[in-house]
Amino acid sequence: MTEDDARAAVLAAIGQVAPDVDTDGLDDSARFRQDLELDSLDFLRLLETVAGATGVETPENDYASLTTVHSLIGYVAAQADRTQQTLYP
Amino acid sequence: MAEFLMPSLGADMERGKLVEWLVKPGDYVHKGDIVAAVDTDKTVMDVESFDEGVVAELLVEEGVTVPVGAPLARITQTPAAVDESARPAAKPHRPAKPGRPAKAPKPIEAAGPIEAVPPAQAPISPPVRQLAHRLGVELAGVHGSGPQGVITRDDVERAVPSPAAAPAESSRPERIRSSPRARRLAAELGIDLAGVVGTGPHGEVTGPDITRAREPVPAAPGRTRKPGKLPATATAAAAESAERSARLRRSIGVLMARSKKSIPHYYLSTTIDLRAATAWLQSANAQRSIAERVVPAALLLKATALAARDIPEMNGFYADDAFQPSSAVHLGVAVALRQGGLVAPAIHDADSLSLDDLMAGLRDLVGRARSGRLQRAEMTDPTITVTNLGDLGVESVFGVIYPPQVALVGFGRVLEQPWAHDGMLGVRTAVTATLSADHRVSDGLRGARFLARIDELLQKPEEL
Repeated sequence: MTEDDARAAVLAAIGQVAPDVDTDGLDDSARFRQDLELDSLDFLRLLETVAGATGVETPENDYASLTTVHSLIGYVAAQADRTQQTLYP
Repeated sequence: MAEFLMPSLGADMERGKLVEWLVKPGDYVHKGDIVAAVDTDKTVMDVESFDEGVVAELLVEEGVTVPVGAPLARITQTPAAVDESARPAAKPHRPAKPGRPAKAPKPIEAAGPIEAVPPAQAPISPPVRQLAHRLGVELAGVHGSGPQGVITRDDVERAVPSPAAAPAESSRPERIRSSPRARRLAAELGIDLAGVVGTGPHGEVTGPDITRAREPVPAAPGRTRKPGKLPATATAAAAESAERSARLRRSIGVLMARSKKSIPHYYLSTTIDLRAATAWLQSANAQRSIAERVVPAALLLKATALAARDIPEMNGFYADDAFQPSSAVHLGVAVALRQGGLVAPAIHDADSLSLDDLMAGLRDLVGRARSGRLQRAEMTDPTITVTNLGDLGVESVFGVIYPPQVALVGFGRVLEQPWAHDGMLGVRTAVTATLSADHRVSDGLRGARFLARIDELLQKPEEL
């Protein structure tokens, strides 16, 4: 998966979880909690939506490193191919 | 003959706007059937009937605001009584000029909050689901024409081959038959219903008919992905949303002022070791897909619900100068709304739900609170409320009790902190739990017992 695909999936998911956020003008460095004001339930739904679109299931241990839009896009892009292989060997 | 009145949907509610009728004259309603959606200053709620019978007459048009206790509809208890009462009632409805709608909704009020605040995804609202159930419509086969493909009431009605609405005809024969959505759209777009060809059942003018009637169709509101970006409706939606926030803020202010004036609060705080709880949660979540995972807040809620059952002075209502303990624990959860403000609807019987069910209930409740669709009972039933501000980083929160409740529990951020134990200093995950409680009902000792009970329960997370 290219980073552009990952970005599209992440931004679409943010748009669903937080419809008031203008995803077109969103800065990649925006932090989920502090800047976008997502709570733990929102974050869970965000990951769930991303998983639905990309197949990337995020283990809880990785939550701590996923604090910004940028970090999640990078994570999804990196994990997508690995997940693809496990899902469809 | 019974009257269906504007119900009080909270201690602070003075009036409500009837946003949608879910029944028509001639419909048979049972006790508990959802009959209308009402917009309070806080949220849109589905309201059920307290009587059983036939709807004889709707007394209030959609979009109209009336005080609590005002009659909204007349319900006759037996079908036989309908003929007597419905006939005279039908006359005043006959419009002076045939061919025009009896009462067209006013443009501003017609752009109801349902349109202004689109749901985050495309959920099917409970009233629509209920309608589908009542009409025997399989929702999977229904095409949604609402914003973002939401299935609307009209969609469901269209999916019925012969709708059970026949008796309604007699009560308003001269009107142009039109769906609520069609009337809203027509008012919004300034289209005269008289000039629109209806394609619905019995020639009813439907939402799509109105959309077609509008000349150039660059982006029909029903199809637009982001309704807020449509120039025509953007300003109206923004104004509606701003007004809504202002009303919500006022309403919260009134309620909290009343609480602070009438309830002698006392406050307690304790720090709870969450080592066992977080370890248990981590290992449980490791086996689960994202959708099945449980957030720490769910554990805190469950422990609070169980403690509230054990310490009855924290759970119930204070009314008429007396405390009325509740045997059921309906756990209010303070939900921050993204546009500002908060609501605190209940998870019913939270003490007896399994952790997974409570988590599912929490997600459902928060989702619906944010999309503005809660049920009457959820808003009026909480017997104790929890506010959890930990996600945004504060360590503790001392809340204001929601009257007529008598206690409010606050949780701060779950974080690692230095912890002295057995003469050793270590690092543990912990949370600060606070209690605001009503001194008319309990003293600090009982309050302390309550917080200590929450602590005890969280040390055995596998039993929650």
